[in-house]
Amino acid sequence: MVCDICGKKKATVHLTEIVDGQMTEMHLCEECAHHKSVQMEQQFGLADLLAGLSDFGKQVVDHQQEKLKCAHCGLTYDDFKKFGRLGCSECYTGFREQLSGLLKKIHGSNRHYGKAPVTLSKFEQDKNEVLRDLRSQLEQAVHKEDFESAAELRDQIRDLEKGSEGKNETR
Amino acid sequence: MKLDDLIDHTGEWLKGTGPHSNIVMSSRVRLARNLMGTPFPNRAGKKNLSQIMEDIEKAVKEIAYFKDSALFRMAEMDNIDKQFLIERHLMSHEHAGMTDGKALVVSPEEVVSVMINEEDHLRIQVMQSGLNLKETWKIIDDIDSQLSQKLPFAYLAHWGYLTACPTNTGTAMRGSVMLHLPALVMTKQINKVLAAIAKLSFATRGFYGEGTQARGNFYQISNQVSLGHSEVDILQNINGLIRQVIDQEEQARQALLVQNRPMLEDKIYRSMGILKNAIIISSQETIELLSMVRLGIDLGIIKNVPNRVINELLIMIQPAHLQKIEGKKLSASARDTKRASIIREKLGGFHV
Repeated sequence: MVCDICGKKKATVHLTEIVDGQMTEMHLCEECAHHKSVQMEQQFGLADLLAGLSDFGKQVVDHQQEKLKCAHCGLTYDDFKKFGRLGCSECYTGFREQLSGLLKKIHGSNRHYGKAPVTLSKFEQDKNEVLRDLRSQLEQAVHKEDFESAAELRDQIRDLEKGSEGKNETR
Repeated sequence: MKLDDLIDHTGEWLKGTGPHSNIVMSSRVRLARNLMGTPFPNRAGKKNLSQIMEDIEKAVKEIAYFKDSALFRMAEMDNIDKQFLIERHLMSHEHAGMTDGKALVVSPEEVVSVMINEEDHLRIQVMQSGLNLKETWKIIDDIDSQLSQKLPFAYLAHWGYLTACPTNTGTAMRGSVMLHLPALVMTKQINKVLAAIAKLSFATRGFYGEGTQARGNFYQISNQVSLGHSEVDILQNINGLIRQVIDQEEQARQALLVQNRPMLEDKIYRSMGILKNAIIISSQETIELLSMVRLGIDLGIIKNVPNRVINELLIMIQPAHLQKIEGKKLSASARDTKRASIIREKLGGFHV
């Protein structure tokens, strides 16, 4: 079988694409397959996906956001938008506001439920446990449209979260 | 353990046993972890990367799971060796690219592997045979907890584990299950099933990993979302979804048997016939035929070939494996001949 693109070399890579339920098959030689994969990467790169998710494409330039930079590793928010990768753990604090919205768009949530490193102090672990409880109570309250309790729970959560801010947050 | 020790056998996860192993080949869980305050691999300089690599290697070596494990530094390996590790599902294509500070640790039996300095500082992976996410999680949870006592993992209470790409933030966990779905493909229901899976925000990939299309009816299903649900909840969701897909495949298999058993038997025996006799065979054709033989085994039509043999062949017929077995570089056409000869050797003893 010869390559579908160059029509010269032997096809050793077999690609099946499913677009809207329509299946197309391509048989490519290694060289053309490499070109094709680079092309696909460019077409469907993660950076673009992220760009779409967070309305990066907007023409309006927010000057403050443009200058935003991680104090620890020096990555600018602009570069993050271009490449789709953060530079270090501290970027999460530096770009907190922007990432909060982005994470919500990607995951449908911006709250972690789950494991924590063992090194977290006992106090932190207990606090996480309490926070988890409070959050699920809050969800239920909102669901029941009991907004009075919801507001109270929200304040409690806020206070508890503030307690850790700044001193032990990245652990 | 050295690379050459891996050549003549395959990993524990291919043994073809475990729950639902007639349809589920393997379960895999991976966790991404980063070191607090240290630049992620994409922003770290050469020196920094080496230091990170050494620190992580040291921490990993102190953990019991990695007793007698193999350590591969990418800078010291040639392309065929790197390709060989990719083909065994021990590391990603990306990890074979830029080599600075990149390493791979593989535990005996290939149950656990750790990519160092891939997209994140650590990518820990555990694989098990059959539908076994619970056990797989137990192992990786334990390894991760032990590592977190030795390395300062980047973590925020509200956002969980911090990763280079925000699509992994939170649990930084991906659970995936490899399924063999020939009957859904033959009855042309597969696209409906895949569309339903996509709607539930799970991803589907082929047997040969990220960015590959399904071949030989093998599909890998994994979670997309990593934030907002606990690890156990995410894995339970995958498990529930996989059980439904298994049910669909079982029904399709029964329908095929009832509607046209002779046609199905013919296809399966012909596949076995070609595999046992071919002198030249491409990997594409091999994978398709192996898929049919595996279906024959699962349906009791082919009785005396263990699934493990088919699973192993799926790994061994790949280019770098053929070249490692031969001990030298082979052209594409030489590989097709070598491939056929290995298959004849492996299946020759079985009379069906």
